[in-house]
Amino acid sequence: MLAITQRLPQPRNWVTAIPFFWLLLFFMVPFAIVLQISFAESEIAIPPYSSIVSIEDEMLSFNLNLGNFLMLLEDDLYLVAYLSSLKIALVSTLICLLIGYPMAYAIARAEPRVRNVLLMLVVLPSWTSFLIRVYAWIGILKNNGLLNNLLIWLGVTDEPIHMLHSDIAVYVGIVYAYLPFMILPLYANLLKLDNSLLEAAADLGAGSLRTFFSVTLPQTKAGIIAGAMLVFIPVVGEFVIPELLGSPSTLMIGKVLWQEFFNNRDWPVAAAVAIVMLSLLLIPITLFNRYQLKEMEAR
Amino acid sequence: MTKLLNNRLGQWAIGTALASAMAVSQAQAEEVVKVYNWSDYIAPEVIEQFEQETGIDVIYDVFDSNEVLEAKLLSGNSGFDVVVPTSFFLGRQVKAGVFAELDKGKLGNYSNLDPMLLAELNNVDPGNAHAVPYLWGTTGIGYNVDKVKAALGQDAPVDSWELVFKEENIAKLASCGVAMLDTPSEIMPAALRYLKKNPNSSQKADYKNDVAQLLKSIRPHITYFHSSQYINDLANGDICVAVGFSGDVIQAAARAQEAANGVHVAYSIPKEGAAMWFDMLAIPADATNKDNAHKFIDFVLRPEVIAKITNFVAYANPNEASLGLVDKAIRDDVGIFPSNETKAKLFTYEVLPQKITRVQTRVWTDVKSGR
Repeated sequence: MLAITQRLPQPRNWVTAIPFFWLLLFFMVPFAIVLQISFAESEIAIPPYSSIVSIEDEMLSFNLNLGNFLMLLEDDLYLVAYLSSLKIALVSTLICLLIGYPMAYAIARAEPRVRNVLLMLVVLPSWTSFLIRVYAWIGILKNNGLLNNLLIWLGVTDEPIHMLHSDIAVYVGIVYAYLPFMILPLYANLLKLDNSLLEAAADLGAGSLRTFFSVTLPQTKAGIIAGAMLVFIPVVGEFVIPELLGSPSTLMIGKVLWQEFFNNRDWPVAAAVAIVMLSLLLIPITLFNRYQLKEMEAR
Repeated sequence: MTKLLNNRLGQWAIGTALASAMAVSQAQAEEVVKVYNWSDYIAPEVIEQFEQETGIDVIYDVFDSNEVLEAKLLSGNSGFDVVVPTSFFLGRQVKAGVFAELDKGKLGNYSNLDPMLLAELNNVDPGNAHAVPYLWGTTGIGYNVDKVKAALGQDAPVDSWELVFKEENIAKLASCGVAMLDTPSEIMPAALRYLKKNPNSSQKADYKNDVAQLLKSIRPHITYFHSSQYINDLANGDICVAVGFSGDVIQAAARAQEAANGVHVAYSIPKEGAAMWFDMLAIPADATNKDNAHKFIDFVLRPEVIAKITNFVAYANPNEASLGLVDKAIRDDVGIFPSNETKAKLFTYEVLPQKITRVQTRVWTDVKSGR
């Protein structure tokens, strides 16, 4: 009897139900819709795909069209675009980490009063529209832009250097836009750093480098992973930055998805591309979850 | 909460608040028309005039490719009351049931339209039931007269697709900048025409082999692909050649002239022939302000209104009664109103099967990414 009442939802469990409900509504339902479209066939109608469920002669039948997924295998464009997206995401994440870690470290070590100002400086740019900030980079990087004019004025170069519409511009844009997402979790993590451990390391004769690599860094592993995930995952599907700053040869899966959707008006294939992308992203997320579980068990 | 609801005053307050909110939203619904048009494709004063005359607010938004418009229309509930697809896209959209039938009784100025053109548009929209032609133009070559001469000499082939599709020519233009529309459905028909093939070819091989080879050979010399940026860049002298829409290039020429920056832009319809297209005014089936949409369309069909638009955007209109009101400079511009001889060489786009569209997109990706 007691066991049954315990299994019934307790009022305090209702609180945890809210995030689950949130996930159901804003992740599982949209996912189910996209998954369903990925098995449909495109046709000229509103919306432009067939229904996968049909009722005929009292027979309920599901028509799953696997052609959309097979098509992704037939043409190496998709594989190349996926790999290129993963590469760009990986490199950007590393650069974000290399720039973000020292910044987060400096902010966390600063005096509390200065700390808040510094933190504001990191967050403040995100108050303007993302799109406007990316557009600003066009003004900076273009041939007749701020940076080239400065370089010419300084005499570093005579001819403007081609920077806009290149892979470098894409990296600059991505690192700029996603850096706060790396800094903030790292900062939160570094703030909790146990000072007595650092003192102990110093007492035992460890140099500052050794202290950093064997005391500080391991303690901030969770922050590094969280920051890396927050950067890596959205960058894989990034469309706006490569579209505005990249060259036509910057091949990313977001662009391929756009083309399937708009140029080919083939929603089912576009949905299949999205499903595969999501599956690829599930791998790092699952790894992260495992790691977190292990950490929690260790404590 | 119960206390508040028991309170009569509270009830009354909520009631009136709701009523007035509904009244406001109703009033708004009566006074709005949401128009989705191509960028740089109307005279702003026309919108003001319409608002003043009718008291209807125009909510105006722009796009620069048929693909974007089509995606919105096919999703349903686009939220727009008047949209402007190009005729060959419209043909497919009509089949998909995207548009409401026009109530010709509400379009008193309908008779101003060129009957020959309406007969031709019967192909895409049977009985002209869903759309009226707005403006028409061609897809040709815009160029900076002085820079092209400097690069290719006095007899630069500015009147031919050779200017951009022949590698030795475009290679010399690369340093001053070459732009192309970022739409395979505009560039590939031109390439096919240059290759003396059917511009509306349904042969996969034509695209995979011939067009791909041609475009890949010139790809290294193309500065960028974009469907609207070239207007400003031509006007500023940032690029010297653009494959683009007639009126856009002529607008660039006008802007350069206004700025008096020494840039001289011209438009040419290549002698091999170029695409001629019609943009159509239509009302989505799920539009919420259909009455206002009719009023807007009828307003645009007025000769003096469409003449103002033609004067401003430099695109020809199919409104016979308006031609006398169009500026002489525009009327005499053979880039806008081509001679009958040129007209005979123009071709129109046809609706292509989905598999051909897919091949076009695929080849386009390869060309652009240099794969």
